[in-house]
Amino acid sequence: MPLTLESSYPLIAICSLGVLLLLLEIVLKKPDPVSYSVTIAGLLAVGVCIFPGLLRGDGATPTGGAGLLFCEVFIAAALLTVVFSGEYLRRHDSERAAGQGAYNLLVVFAVAGMMLMALAGDLISLFLGLELMSICLYVLVGFLRKHVTGNEASLKYFLLGAFITGFILYGIALLYGSAGTLSIDAIVALVIAGDQTPVFWAGLALVLAGFAFKVGAFPFHMWIPDVYQGAPTPVTAFMATGAKAAAFSVLILMFSRRGGAEGLVFRDLISFLAAGSMIVGNLLAIVQQNVKRMLAYSSIAHAGYMLVGIASGNLNGSDGVTFYLVSYLFMNVGAFGVVSLVEEREEKNLTYEDYSGFSAKNPLLAGLLALFLFSLAGLPPFGGFFGKYFVFVAAIEADLTWLAILGVLSSLAGVYYYIRLVMVMYFRDGEAGRAEAVPRLVLAALGLAALINVQLGILPSSVISLIHRFH
Amino acid sequence: MLEYYIPLGIMILFGIAFGIVMSKASEWFGPKNPTDVKQSTYESGMEPVKSARERVSVKYYMVAMLFIIFDIEVVFLYPWAVNFRKLGMFGFVEMFVFIAMLMVGYLYVWKKGALKWE
Repeated sequence: MPLTLESSYPLIAICSLGVLLLLLEIVLKKPDPVSYSVTIAGLLAVGVCIFPGLLRGDGATPTGGAGLLFCEVFIAAALLTVVFSGEYLRRHDSERAAGQGAYNLLVVFAVAGMMLMALAGDLISLFLGLELMSICLYVLVGFLRKHVTGNEASLKYFLLGAFITGFILYGIALLYGSAGTLSIDAIVALVIAGDQTPVFWAGLALVLAGFAFKVGAFPFHMWIPDVYQGAPTPVTAFMATGAKAAAFSVLILMFSRRGGAEGLVFRDLISFLAAGSMIVGNLLAIVQQNVKRMLAYSSIAHAGYMLVGIASGNLNGSDGVTFYLVSYLFMNVGAFGVVSLVEEREEKNLTYEDYSGFSAKNPLLAGLLALFLFSLAGLPPFGGFFGKYFVFVAAIEADLTWLAILGVLSSLAGVYYYIRLVMVMYFRDGEAGRAEAVPRLVLAALGLAALINVQLGILPSSVISLIHRFH
Repeated sequence: MLEYYIPLGIMILFGIAFGIVMSKASEWFGPKNPTDVKQSTYESGMEPVKSARERVSVKYYMVAMLFIIFDIEVVFLYPWAVNFRKLGMFGFVEMFVFIAMLMVGYLYVWKKGALKWE
C-alpha cells in the first residue's frame, strides 16, 4: 500500500514529537528533566493517537503485514527504553547523563525510522526508514563516550551495518532493474507468480541477506554478542526488540508469501537461516558467563524461532511472528531492564555469580526477572510459550515438520541457561545485586511488562484478535 | 538499438574536447611570469608535500558535515522550483515544512555550539 498524506499520520505524529524535543533543547537552559517527561508523555500520546488506527487495521498488506500493530510495538519498546535509561545513564556516566535530551531524541527518531519501515509502500521509503533507524542506533550504542567496549561496539555495528546497507541497496537496484517497479506490493506479486529472471532472484536474495543481518540470524549473527554487550543496557533492549521487530516487519512484507520453484528455494534458504540461528544461538548461550552476553546469544535463537514463521510462508506463520514479536518485546525488555538495574559502572555485576543471593536481597526484582526468564524459555503460562507454539504450528502446516522438531529441541537447550540464572538467584548464597531504591516509574514499567507477559500466556486471543484485524 | 547511443557518444567526445580546449586556452593566451611560489602545487593553502598521517581537528569535519546537509537542501530546492507550478499549494507547504525542520536542526546545532570555532 503506498503511503499517502492521510495514511502516514503515525509518522507525522512521531516526527512532530521529535521536532518538539529538538525545540525544547534549543529553548530551555537545562532541558534534561523536562525532556525525560516530555518524551515519555509524547510517546504515550503518539501511542494513544494511533490506537484507533490499530483497531481499524490500518497499514495492513496482502502479505500479512500489520503496520500499525508494529508501530505500537516500536513505541512500547521506546517507552520502556526511555524509562530505564534515565536512571541507567545517571548511574553510569554522570557527564553524559546531562545529554539525555539528545539520547531521547535519537530514540524517538529511531522509532520514526522503524515506523517508516513497517508502513513503507515502496523500497525507497523502506530504505530511508532503515537508514534513519540504523544511524540513530549507531550513535546510541556508543552513547557512553568513555566506555571502551561501547565505542568498540558502536564502531563494529557501524562498519558492518554500513556494509550490509550496500547489500540491501544493491538488491533493491537489481529488483528495480528487473521488475521495473519499486512498489513492494508489485514485487511481492511477482514473487508469488514465480518464474522471474535470475537477476530478480539475486536482488531478492541480497535483500534477504541484509534483513537477516538486521535481525541477527545465523550466519550473519557475529556482530550481535559484541554489540549487545558493549551498548548501554537499555539501548541493547531497544535494539533487541524494536530494531528486530522493524526488520521482521520487512521480512513479513517481502518474504512471507512465495510461489513457483524459486519460492521453494527461498523457503529452504529461510529454513536454513532459522535452523542455524536456533542451533548456534542456543548452544553458544549455554557457555556464556556474562548475563548480558547470554541474552545476546539468546536473541539470535529467538530470531531463529521467528524465522520459522517466515519460512512457513502462510497466514499462520506471519501472524505467529507478529504475536511472537509482541510477547518478545515485553519479556526481553523486562529481562534487560532488571539487568540494567543490577549492572554497576564499568560493566561490573554482570556475570552469573553476581546474581547469587539476589532473591534474598531484592525479592521483588528477582521474582520479576525469573518471570521474564521463564517466558523467554517458553514455559506456560507466559507469552513466550504461545509465541513459539504459533510459529511451530505454522511450520507443521507448511510441511516443515523437521524445522518445528528442531525448534522444540533447541528451545529445550534454551531452558537450561535461562533456568540456570533463576537457580543462581534463588538457591545460591552470595553478596551481590544492588538493592538500592529503584525509581517507582521503573518498577511500574517492569510490573506492567510482567503483567502483559502473563496476560499473553493466559489470554493470547486478546492480541491474536488484534492481529486478525489486519487480514 | 545502438544508434540510441550516438548522441551519448557525441556528448562524451564534446566533453573531452571542451575540457582540453578550455584548459589549454588559458595556457596559450594567458600571460606567463613564473615564480617559485606560483609554480608550486596549490593545495588549499596547505603544505603540499608531507606525511599524510596527520591528525586533523575534528572541527573541520563538523563544518564539512553541516555544510553538506545545507548544500543538499539547496539541491532539493532546484527540482521543486522547476516543478513549482505543477506541485501547487501542496508542494509549497511541503517545502516549507521541510525547510522549517531543517531550520530547527540548524538552531539546535547553533545552540549546542557546533559552529563555534575558537
